[in-house]
Amino acid sequence: MRTKRGWFAFPYVIWMALFVVIPILIMAVYAFTVADPDTNLTYASAENFTRMGAYLSVFLRSFWLALVATLVCLLIGYPVSYWMAKEGPQFQRLAMALVMLPMWINFLLRTYSWMSILENNGLLNQLFRAVGLLDLLGVDHIRMIGTPGAVVLGMVYNYLPFMILPIYSVIVKLDGSLVEAARDLGANSSAVFRKVIFPLSLPGILSGVTMVFVPSVSTFAISNLLGGGTQSTMLLGDLIETQFMGGAYNPHLGAAVSMVMMVIVVVCMVVMNHFGEGEEQAVIL
Amino acid sequence: MSKELIRLRDCVMSYGDEVVLDHINLYINDREFLTLLGPSGCGKTTTLRIIGGFLSPTAGDVLFDGVRINDVPPHQRAVNTVFQRYALFPHLNVFENVAFGLRIPKTDQSGRKVRIPEQEIHRRVMEMLEVVNLKGFEKRPVSALSGGQQQRVAIARALVNRPKVLLLDEPLGALDMRLRKDMQNELKRIQQEMEITFIYVTHDQEEALAMSDTVVVMDGGRIQQIGTPEDIYNEPKNAFVADFIGESNIIDGVMRSDGVVEIFNRKFQCLDKGFAKDEPVDVVIRPEDVDIVDEAAGQLRGTVTSVTFKGVHYDTIVDFYGFKWLIQTTDFCPVDSRIGIKIDPDGIHVMKKSQYSGMFGDYSSYSEEYEELDVVEDEEAEEEDGYAD
Repeated sequence: MRTKRGWFAFPYVIWMALFVVIPILIMAVYAFTVADPDTNLTYASAENFTRMGAYLSVFLRSFWLALVATLVCLLIGYPVSYWMAKEGPQFQRLAMALVMLPMWINFLLRTYSWMSILENNGLLNQLFRAVGLLDLLGVDHIRMIGTPGAVVLGMVYNYLPFMILPIYSVIVKLDGSLVEAARDLGANSSAVFRKVIFPLSLPGILSGVTMVFVPSVSTFAISNLLGGGTQSTMLLGDLIETQFMGGAYNPHLGAAVSMVMMVIVVVCMVVMNHFGEGEEQAVIL
Repeated sequence: MSKELIRLRDCVMSYGDEVVLDHINLYINDREFLTLLGPSGCGKTTTLRIIGGFLSPTAGDVLFDGVRINDVPPHQRAVNTVFQRYALFPHLNVFENVAFGLRIPKTDQSGRKVRIPEQEIHRRVMEMLEVVNLKGFEKRPVSALSGGQQQRVAIARALVNRPKVLLLDEPLGALDMRLRKDMQNELKRIQQEMEITFIYVTHDQEEALAMSDTVVVMDGGRIQQIGTPEDIYNEPKNAFVADFIGESNIIDGVMRSDGVVEIFNRKFQCLDKGFAKDEPVDVVIRPEDVDIVDEAAGQLRGTVTSVTFKGVHYDTIVDFYGFKWLIQTTDFCPVDSRIGIKIDPDGIHVMKKSQYSGMFGDYSSYSEEYEELDVVEDEEAEEEDGYAD
């Protein structure tokens, strides 16, 4: 039975091999080779990696902004999830629909609309002008677009549902009798939260953090549109994009940057998951 | 018995039109082992949750040591609960589960928060683990424990806080028969050792009889009878109690005078008094109180319709004038044989008619009842499997 059923996985295995494993291998080949500009011949070299030091600031900025966006998502998402899970089923369905609603609209469209809100002549600045805030400050406009803040805003807006959903589903499944047991043992509401609900929702937090952090660190559309595509808001995603599509055409370097980013993200995830298990283990020890 | 500790006064619990508890009046003494016994949906768990503070009665008062505690939240009550499915904290090990209540700062009279020093926590937890025979398990994760061990952790976790009252909500429901018997003794021992009040909820009458000082039989949100196990068994108040506690033949009778009751147009001597002359009554005769004699010598004569060997005795079903009795006897009487029976006056118990009259006590469908029992046990076994997952 088991082996027979295993065959159903076969198409997916082929798919994975064709479109995941092989591309990663190709990428690795690219990363460890460089093209001679004169002869157009490629030869093996680690040069791509040694050159990458020049982009250290891009790496740092990418991870920093992704970290900030993840934290903001967590700070907004956790209370929302908690509140949703505590309400009745009807409210839960409605709230879930509201959380998902933006995701039914095209990602680029959503980001473009943030552009028109944040622009120097955009909706927000017009509003500020109308209420006299700009005159009060004595400026023509408040610069919002093209700042790291705008990029973080874009990330938070786009990826917040990925934080809310896993946390919500963990909290909603939490056994109510555990809360009763804690109250029975003398815990007031805040102690119940600190000692029972929060520790038990850690798995949801971990997967939420993963699901927000990973796309944030590799995004290029958000930073491109809301960051103004300038050097000062360039993220890893943009760097990679320009190596493949842009003027600085150099797929070898782009592949190398991708590889390094992938390794860092994987290491981050492993460390974090280990930390999550460590939480439980620490208590056991 | 000692002084009164908890009193429920006219407690009503209703959800809309549905009345779950109907004017419950009950007092519980200090150091008493009291059992709330009844079928599912009888209101026993609701009563327990009201005492624990998880529910507030729609009407009526809950008094603790003479003080009204209706609105006191659970974490401020001097009671602790052992939950039906244990509700152990999965993220904590055995030690931390037991220490949970001790680690929460208490507020003293002057309003300051007082923490129990770590040394004392350690001492008390270890002490309690010893009481429940779980020494050496303190570092285990609770998920690695068997059902019986989890049960002990739940008991230790509640008792370590030194509550005045321990509430137990069908604590042995998920354990197998053997373990249940062991835990019954264990619980009784712990209760006597710790000298505290236990309020125990169960639907298992054997369990209730074996452990309790006082049994409260409930059905339909009402208390049917309160008494010692012996009272409840020997002097049931109505057909429901007689049927729910042990096996009983319940027959329509007429009270002819004090000490004389008529069944099937025959007069029997009994010990009951105080009924009106010719009052219709329910008569309870326990299967073990019937002596089988020769047909000619019997007060009643009937035909054996089925015999089941039970080890200690035979469950013999006898047809008397169309009404089937269960008789437990060590004499083997083959099916279709004619027999007579004799009943001593103290084997007959007369009850007033009640809403339950005529609903119980006929063994015409005995075999079906057996099958029903089997089905229930199977379901329970399946549920147990479910818990393990």
